[in-house]
Amino acid sequence: MLLSQNLRTAFRALLANKLRSALTILGIVIGVAAVVALMAIGNGATSSITNRIASSGSNLLNIQAGRSQRPSPGQPFNQTNLTYKDYKALVTTLTDVAGIAPAYQSNYTVTYNTLSTSTSVVGVTGDYFSVHTYTISSGRALTDADGASQKQVAVLGTTTVTDLFGTEDPLGKSIKINDKSFTVIGVLTPKDSSGFNDTNDTILIPLETGYNKLFGANAIRNGERTVSAIAVSASSADTVDLVSSQITFVLRHQHHLALDDDDDFRIQNQAELLSTLSSVTTTMTTFLGAIAAISLLVGGIGIMNITLVSVSERTREIGLRKAVGARKNHILFQFLVETMTLSIIGGVTGIGVGMAIAWGVTALNLITAVVSVSSIALSFTFSVLIGLFFGIYPAYRAANLHPMEALRSE
Amino acid sequence: MIQIDHLVKIFTMGENEIRALDDVSFSIAKGEMVSIMGPSGSGKSTLMSIAGCLDVPTSGSYLLDDIPVEKMKDSQLADVRNRKIGFVFQQFNLLSRTSALENVILPLSYSGLSARACREKAEKALELVGLKERMKHHPNELSGGQQQRVAIARALANDPALLIADEPTGALDSKTGAGIMDLFQTLHRDFGQTVIVVTHDSFVAQHTGRIIRLVDGRIVSDALNANPLKAGTPRPGAED
Repeated sequence: MLLSQNLRTAFRALLANKLRSALTILGIVIGVAAVVALMAIGNGATSSITNRIASSGSNLLNIQAGRSQRPSPGQPFNQTNLTYKDYKALVTTLTDVAGIAPAYQSNYTVTYNTLSTSTSVVGVTGDYFSVHTYTISSGRALTDADGASQKQVAVLGTTTVTDLFGTEDPLGKSIKINDKSFTVIGVLTPKDSSGFNDTNDTILIPLETGYNKLFGANAIRNGERTVSAIAVSASSADTVDLVSSQITFVLRHQHHLALDDDDDFRIQNQAELLSTLSSVTTTMTTFLGAIAAISLLVGGIGIMNITLVSVSERTREIGLRKAVGARKNHILFQFLVETMTLSIIGGVTGIGVGMAIAWGVTALNLITAVVSVSSIALSFTFSVLIGLFFGIYPAYRAANLHPMEALRSE
Repeated sequence: MIQIDHLVKIFTMGENEIRALDDVSFSIAKGEMVSIMGPSGSGKSTLMSIAGCLDVPTSGSYLLDDIPVEKMKDSQLADVRNRKIGFVFQQFNLLSRTSALENVILPLSYSGLSARACREKAEKALELVGLKERMKHHPNELSGGQQQRVAIARALANDPALLIADEPTGALDSKTGAGIMDLFQTLHRDFGQTVIVVTHDSFVAQHTGRIIRLVDGRIVSDALNANPLKAGTPRPGAED
């Protein structure tokens, strides 16, 4: 029995029950589309997170106050701080660094004419831009000189510009941060920020200006000016670990920690964060794919169900085919071709639908979905295997019908 | 041609054993036209399915064309059915979604012939039964008699050694049935086709040259019919 003949027989049988075949195919389409689309969305999320971290500088070490562990019972819980003095100590001692960027961050209401917005105001030094890979789209960046002379100038993120100025050119305009006047001298190039907070909704001012004019007592603790975080950019990927241990040494010395005390600060390595996050998102993608695969499995059961019905409806046909000389294998093959046809049509359509969903999600700017070849290959193979697996049992039943009894059945 | 010896077929239904065939022996020579007759439950259908290699006997031997088939495996039996036997059924059993031609091609397609050879043989068989002009028609576009002719063409397509007809006129009116019996007689007379007609109807049986009667799984008579009825002879007692 030629394959082409089998295919013709299969198509004829499937076309005889168009609605039934269509619904069965739909089960597979949904399953495959779900696998392709969800994997694409998962992959998209992974790459956007990865890109975002990579774009914020991959040799970056981020220092924040706070112990990595809670103190053991009985010990007092000391609120720890990073200070401006710590920053200065790092500047004088660290080698192999490309930049050291302290930042003090606080939220303020910012107004321009009648418009106002609440946004994050960050006091920074000149290194901030290179360390965090910010670039300027118009105007100029802040420099250390701006801080030294305590200029009341600001660089704005694009979201803040839109909130305050709309389409107006912000350069040279005076805005009020907490009723203090600042002149806009630059606008940041927007950064990819598909995340929880908008990195473009920000205002950067000189750190020293901030201490003297804006932050006030909030920034002072135990008589010291504090910083929210210090970002250190190592000179290369190879020196990240060296710089990290230098920082630990300097800060422990600065904070007068005894040998058996825990660190009262945390150093976050971007490379480590990157690998942690991407392993989390990969797990999530796999998880999403697995859930989608369950619906594919349900679709497969649908194929089995419909093929069983088809076998019992066509008992006489099977009996006749056997009477005129069809071997068991012929009948087995005939029904397998039918289930495979269903699952392959469903698989191909499902891949199309899945890609369309991924495209739609991307077009709607929800998330940049990335359809991977592996997810297509995987779901196609899976749907073919499902056709085979769930087709075997009904086909086997058909092949083992007794020809005489099959012919006599109603 | 056919040599059947001490054939026994036992069906087990729950705890009951049913002896459908009980020590049946007979032989049929090449070119004979034989009726197997009996009331329902006589075992004639069982005999037909064993003679037609659709089933195997519980014991006894069966030589078909000098081939012992009683111990054959499933796939070997399928091949024997394909090459040696043509079936004609009461209910025609045509595949409704395919044309007459494709119905006749069906057994040929299982014999490994090329598509072209299949088509040629099928057309020849349809020509033989007088339906060459209607080979593109689907079964539902054909009359009952024409459908049975397609079934006969299908049975003849592979040049079988043995043609087995199971109540071939049972679903047809008497006039159409006579046409079908005429076709069988022609095949027997002009082509030397060996034919077995299985029937419960003695009038149908009388169209053949030999009648084997079966009751309760045993042969009660096996007699030659010197003057078989010519097809078209009115049924005795029928008005017409």
